[in-house]
Amino acid sequence: MEHALQPQKVDVLIVGAGPAGLAAAIAAREAGTENLLVLEREPEMGGILKQCIHNGFGLHRFKEELTGPEYAQRDVDRVKELGIEVRCGTTVLEVTADRQVTAISRDRGVQVFQAGAVILAMGCRERPRGALAIPGTRCAGIFSAGTAQKYVNLEGYMPGRRVVILGSGDIGLIMARRMTLQGAKVLACVEIMPYSSGLNRNIVQCLHDYNIPLMLNHTVVDIQGRERLTGVTVAQVDERRQPIPGTETHFDCDTLLLSVGLIPENELSKQAGVPLSPATQGAVVDDTLQTEIPGIFACGNVLHVHDLVDFVSAESFKAGKAAAEYAAGKKTGNRIAPVADGSGVRGVVPQKIRIPDANSPAEAIQLMFRPACVYENATIRVLDGDTEIYKVKKRILAPGEMADLTLKSDTVRALSGEKITVLIDAGGEVCAWNK
Amino acid sequence: MEQMITCINCPIGCRMTVNVDNGQVVSITGNGCKRGIEYAAQESVAPKRMVTAVVSVTGRKTPVSVKTRTPIPKEKIFDCMAVIEKAKIEAPVRMGDVICENVCDTGVDVIATKTVL
Amino acid sequence: MDMEILVIGGGVIGCATARELSAYQAKVTVLERGPDVASGASKANSGIVHAGFDAKPGSAKAHFNVEGSRMYEAYCRSVGAPYTQPGAMVLAFDEEQRAHVEKLYQQGLVNGVKGLSVLERDQVLALEPNTNPEVECALLAASSGLTSPYELTCALADHAAVNGTRFLMDTEVTSITWENGRYQVATSRGRMTADIVINCAGVQSAKLHNQLSEKKYTITPRKGEYYLLDRENKPMFSHTMFQTPSKMGKGVLVSPTVHNSLLLGPSAMNVDDAGDVSTTAEALRLVRDKAMLTWPGENLRSVITTFAGMRAHEQGDDFIVGAIEGSKGAYEAVGIESPGLTAAPAIGKALCEQIVAENGLKPKSEWLPAPIPPKAFAAMTTEERQHACEQDPENGVLVCRCEQVTEAEVRAAIRRPVGARSIDGVKRRTRAGMGRCQGGFCSPRVLEILCEELGVRPTAITKDGGNGYVLAGTLAEIARKEDA
Repeated sequence: MEHALQPQKVDVLIVGAGPAGLAAAIAAREAGTENLLVLEREPEMGGILKQCIHNGFGLHRFKEELTGPEYAQRDVDRVKELGIEVRCGTTVLEVTADRQVTAISRDRGVQVFQAGAVILAMGCRERPRGALAIPGTRCAGIFSAGTAQKYVNLEGYMPGRRVVILGSGDIGLIMARRMTLQGAKVLACVEIMPYSSGLNRNIVQCLHDYNIPLMLNHTVVDIQGRERLTGVTVAQVDERRQPIPGTETHFDCDTLLLSVGLIPENELSKQAGVPLSPATQGAVVDDTLQTEIPGIFACGNVLHVHDLVDFVSAESFKAGKAAAEYAAGKKTGNRIAPVADGSGVRGVVPQKIRIPDANSPAEAIQLMFRPACVYENATIRVLDGDTEIYKVKKRILAPGEMADLTLKSDTVRALSGEKITVLIDAGGEVCAWNK
Repeated sequence: MEQMITCINCPIGCRMTVNVDNGQVVSITGNGCKRGIEYAAQESVAPKRMVTAVVSVTGRKTPVSVKTRTPIPKEKIFDCMAVIEKAKIEAPVRMGDVICENVCDTGVDVIATKTVL
Repeated sequence: MDMEILVIGGGVIGCATARELSAYQAKVTVLERGPDVASGASKANSGIVHAGFDAKPGSAKAHFNVEGSRMYEAYCRSVGAPYTQPGAMVLAFDEEQRAHVEKLYQQGLVNGVKGLSVLERDQVLALEPNTNPEVECALLAASSGLTSPYELTCALADHAAVNGTRFLMDTEVTSITWENGRYQVATSRGRMTADIVINCAGVQSAKLHNQLSEKKYTITPRKGEYYLLDRENKPMFSHTMFQTPSKMGKGVLVSPTVHNSLLLGPSAMNVDDAGDVSTTAEALRLVRDKAMLTWPGENLRSVITTFAGMRAHEQGDDFIVGAIEGSKGAYEAVGIESPGLTAAPAIGKALCEQIVAENGLKPKSEWLPAPIPPKAFAAMTTEERQHACEQDPENGVLVCRCEQVTEAEVRAAIRRPVGARSIDGVKRRTRAGMGRCQGGFCSPRVLEILCEELGVRPTAITKDGGNGYVLAGTLAEIARKEDA
């Protein structure tokens, strides 16, 4: 076995070979990084796309509708074509602020690297039942939707036969259809909010198509079953999302799937001392996707949870290129304008913009964020201090669809350095719910 | 005959009312744009869907993911699934290989979406 | 011919007793009605090793608590179970509570507890800055400790097993009678006989006792519910923080666990159904509200899970340990609620000594030491991890990334003398699945390893025994509506 405790020098080291890590790797190599390494804990590349066997991926990037595995394969093929080294079955245990990375694998044991730049692309995990403190028994038969998806699509096993789904985000909706197609009875999709955060297309093709009721303003208030789930109790909730006594309905079921939130997987980032934003639960980054720790970058779901993998790839290409340039010694502008969430806006990324020096080229910058609720015919405005520098009217804005806008290069060059605020001007109207 | 159709093209999700007589669209109301009309016309007369599933590969732990190459009539989804379930495949399977030819007489093949060696 | 001994109940008390007896020439079998040792209260309590100031002087609780507390560090070390001693505080917020703290202090002295003192507000806040600044004073008990109750129980079971003790799971005792000079024990898996029976049946121990004695006991099952919070960077409190007790128990505590998570709880509610360990909205709300008295900055954003445990509260409010009145060769530990975990080493020792003396058991010529597992991968340095990988490449495969548990450790948990047979069995022995994702990532892999080690199909694996199957069937089986 290699004696690997002497740190091995790597110019750009990428943690994760899902869509974010793969795109970042491709961009870093194309930007000139030769000494490039990707570490992936699963046995195969592709990340969560491996289990997303449904289609709907790649419409923006490839102008085709691909399934998850097909989308992933495009990047896997390119990574192989470029001869990029990817070590699968390798778990990163630690990343330090001075970019020392410790990893472990069956074949090589402990491996230590000293990286010129690190790109964090670890993706996200699902919020479990325990975090919601749903009362009841702790029986078998409760799965996060992604874990159930893994069993069905990667292992060929059904978690159960009679299913209730809590949460109407896209993963829950997709699994409602998946389980139904495999012969399970999906009794209801229960959603605590007055609207679903999933795509309309999924509401129609996963719930309406199969007559699965969508219970808005409801939540699971009790779980029954000593060893295996036997049923759940569902109740309506009020404006404060609290259960209303007397509104309970009961479902006999053996399976409860939870699609109640994705949380960026930032354990390694926290240990490295990377500051996180409470609004996104991901790192605070500038427009090059560099975190507040020099040389450490973040992209994909670990930075903020995306809806479309096409945007993950776009973002990760940027991070890969920026990390390559960083590792090659390129300097960036010194003046920084902070970017803040204004009214109606949550989790703007990036949270900082580096204003280019007079003699450096300026580039257009894309800002992404989530609307705080559903808005119709509202205006997105961007302020530099008190001055409006951008405005666009949108027919519809919804929390389930990440919004984005691009500040032109001239606008970026002319930034004052004061706080930039992104806000939604709804003309006095409060949120409009999906009808 | 009157049908309510929710458009899937954008997040607005316009609720449209479609009048169909003898398999022909008579009227569509409630759409917000032209794309809505096209969608409602197809959906009310001959709704189609992509079907995606997995097929086990003999001797391999991980099944191979498959899809209909193009959407098939919505009413044939479960028949299509029944055919997919009976499929027996041996490795190697390559992305794009035909798993079920002309599934349920739709003219559409079910093909592999990943490679299992 | 060796005497045949049946220990009824595989919780911490039954395993502690069986472990002591395993040093003597006797055929000992532990009967456990659950799927694993530590299936009852032993897996669902606060893990506190109480100093002993709270028990009534002269009671069996006080006696076994204080002795157990003194034994604990060496006891855990001898079987490889975790133990730390961060100390505890009992907080007082007004004059009446201050008087109670003074009373506990005096009571502790009478009980023989060392390391007690009373702190004033500033001292409390200096040690625990997250405490409610309205605190008046606190009892500080330096000898209060923490352990992992299920890891300890499993370790005791393994130690007994390597010395010949048999463990039968899913075996519930339905009746015991004395006939033809032996105990006739009817169980859910058939009839057994024994020379000596030891009743360690937890919440069912009164029912069992009453079959063997004219003097009757009554146990009221008392449910306690908890929140478990993420360890984040480090816990909000390093001491176990009590509030002054009430009639119903020790009050809601805020305490680190031995693994540096944070516990809030327990509540206390008498219930009819001793097997109902579901959590309830009411009790959890109560815990949350009461915990805020100690920790006003409480935030439940980092809740990992909630759980409930069932206490065996006997009407007389004390432990009953020793020979069963009126039944020769029958022994018991009845009503072992808090401080039962603390008392376990002392109870096991006392029962064993009494049984040995009264029945003339001879020591074995060789008592094998406990099969102490290697240091947890999570606690290793980089060099130690490299060495571990060289010994076994499966140490290079991380199964649970939240708690850093390797494939080698998961397999070892299944191969132990009283090994894991379910997802939760692996969880209790390795911590895989106890972290912030609650098994979302690791459980498919743990399930796969269980299949390999036990030689069974995935549909045969359970979360925690019985009918708790994880997977209903293959896609083909469910599509054809077959039973798996």
